[in-house]
Amino acid sequence: MSRLAELRDSRRANLIAGGAVLLFAILLPLFLNPLNGFIDRSVIALAYVVMALGLNVVVGFAGLLDLGYVAFYAIGAYGAGWFASDYFSGANNKHGVHVLVQGKAAESALSHTPTAGIHLNFLIILVIAICLTALAGVVIGLPTLRLRGDYIAIVTLAFGEIVGTIAVNGDQISVPFTHTATLTNGQQAISPLDPLSLPILGEFNQATNIRPFYWVALALVVFTLFVNFRLRDSRLGRAWIALREDEVAAASMGVPLVRTKLLAYATGAALGGMAGAFLGYYINSVNAGTFEFAFSIFVLAMVILGGLGSIWGVVVGALALSYINYYLIPDVFNDIPSKLGLDFSLTQLSFGIFGFLLVIMMVLRPAGLIPERRRKLELEEGVGTGETELYEVRA
Amino acid sequence: MEAATIPTPRQTPGTVLRELASKYGLIAVLAAMPLYYGITDLANGNSLARLGTNLFEGLSNGAIWALIALGYTLVYGIIELINFAHGDLFMIGSFVSFGFFGTIGLTLATGTLGLVLGLVVTMLLAMVACGALNVMIERVAYRPLRNAPKLAPLITAVGFSFILQNVGLLWLGGSQQGVPDLLRAQDELFNVVGIPVTRADVLAIGVTAPLVLALTTFVNRSRLGKAMRATAQDPEAARLMGINVDTTISLTFLLGGLLAGAAGLTYALYETGIRYDQGFRAGLIAFTAAVMGGIGNLRGAVLGGLIIGCIQQISDNRIGGQWTPAIVFAYLVLIMVFRPQGLLGEETREAG
Repeated sequence: MSRLAELRDSRRANLIAGGAVLLFAILLPLFLNPLNGFIDRSVIALAYVVMALGLNVVVGFAGLLDLGYVAFYAIGAYGAGWFASDYFSGANNKHGVHVLVQGKAAESALSHTPTAGIHLNFLIILVIAICLTALAGVVIGLPTLRLRGDYIAIVTLAFGEIVGTIAVNGDQISVPFTHTATLTNGQQAISPLDPLSLPILGEFNQATNIRPFYWVALALVVFTLFVNFRLRDSRLGRAWIALREDEVAAASMGVPLVRTKLLAYATGAALGGMAGAFLGYYINSVNAGTFEFAFSIFVLAMVILGGLGSIWGVVVGALALSYINYYLIPDVFNDIPSKLGLDFSLTQLSFGIFGFLLVIMMVLRPAGLIPERRRKLELEEGVGTGETELYEVRA
Repeated sequence: MEAATIPTPRQTPGTVLRELASKYGLIAVLAAMPLYYGITDLANGNSLARLGTNLFEGLSNGAIWALIALGYTLVYGIIELINFAHGDLFMIGSFVSFGFFGTIGLTLATGTLGLVLGLVVTMLLAMVACGALNVMIERVAYRPLRNAPKLAPLITAVGFSFILQNVGLLWLGGSQQGVPDLLRAQDELFNVVGIPVTRADVLAIGVTAPLVLALTTFVNRSRLGKAMRATAQDPEAARLMGINVDTTISLTFLLGGLLAGAAGLTYALYETGIRYDQGFRAGLIAFTAAVMGGIGNLRGAVLGGLIIGCIQQISDNRIGGQWTPAIVFAYLVLIMVFRPQGLLGEETREAG
């Protein structure tokens, strides 16, 4: 078989495999109870996949170690909290602002008066979250432009912590031009949010059926995957990879460093913000206490464990870690000690087990679960020792 | 024909400003807060004693951060790894000390001689325990990944951080655990120009100063220290020169662990309260200190720790403790903007 036909075949096989996985993912909830705990964990896992793919753009493609990813989760979630709840109750003279919303979000069920606060459609919220976080990404990226390597990590970490601190203490910061509104509700959380509703499909009811949330999350994942693949193969994506491999060489080849780096931050941040806004809707509250450094580390672990820069690897890594953390340890493994006649619950050991699994998986597969092809070549084979010989070895 | 001359860059206001900023910006940033509060205090008719107290307490608090920061900087200097488990190692140091107080029966009633002897033994034990644990962690989690991609050990470090935290959680439970106030830490020993010096301050500085001195002497003077510096500079060349790189790296982890153990005991006596997640926040602060001073640089780590201690105290006392993390990290970002290589760091490839 010629090399070209082989490639074409492998591409087709990939497409078929991808389609089958997608079909399975779409149909999965239909086999389960609409309020099944597994679907609930899956929704969260899918949101994490979006986050991890976003971080993969920054860390995996562009090679900029970002330890403050939680900032974008926070800003995205607050985008939903601010503009899709009663939180800014003073807005528009307490009559509220409503854009393309119906049902509970638009008017109160009892008196049929318009609800107070700002209420925008879910899709508009997503766009707002994307814009806000992309902007935040650029702002965070600016001071790191002169830095490299781990120094970038520490500055992004600092920004993540600053955003977290502001979120926690935001109830002491008043919003300009208003009388009572504060920036965030601190540890008291902004809750509840509007029910998620989409055009044509209408409003989703979380109390009776969580399948639609699953499909929305899945749609976000598919969108993110599409963005990731197209970006990776674009001029910009190649510029990112060039930057990761050797910044000086990339610059001398004409890659504009500032723009390329900032675009990486903005793209990664925007995807994180999108997932953050969705998670805000799904959890139905935006609590400052959840925006911790541990979250950044959790997402980073997904990216590194999956395989830096490898899109499918990151998907697998994100699914593996979030199912381990939210499903296997609390739900599945939890009864094992009692079944063995031991008197303790695994919840006390949960993060110890999680840490242990991280160590084991990383030691067994240092390059990640599914290493990126380009990286794998560098690590294992080196240049010019592949199948195709560049010159005749034997005399 | 004239020889071509290299044109000197024109002195525009922009370049002058930039030069000034890079020369004095850092000092201005660091001095801003103390100066501001000093001037407001004086303007309101108060003395500088309050600011002095803030700064002095900052120094003694920062001495503990310095001990932890040294562990980060040692490890980073030699294998370029942000050792996320280091803060939790420090927590284990506190817990070991607390446990040992109970074992040897140190209470508030113990006499002075017994107390001093007991504390010295406890400190040695905590140091050895943390040092051994750190060496073990390096063996299990970092050595197998020596040739792996650079970020892989970061994740095993996070894994061990979780494991150690869980050990702490199972050991003493999830709530704050009171440590007997053996030294009566808040008692004032003497008072210099209105600045009270407590026993806790003396303890923190009295533990840190000799240890830092011993460490720097060891690294700069001894044969093993030379091996460490050589390995940090170029592991491959060091190996070719006959240095056992693996042993040297283990030694570095041992030293970092010893300091973390000492810091653990000091912290327990200083704050008279320990908690399983204390290491997380402390680790973050100490790492910030190490970066601020120029990571890989021993004196830098100490300086960074002391500066962060001062910033924290001023912020706690004047602005409010809940804002302290944001202020410390804002300072970190500013320092990175003005001096990417840290206060005492040299220009490296990482921070050009």
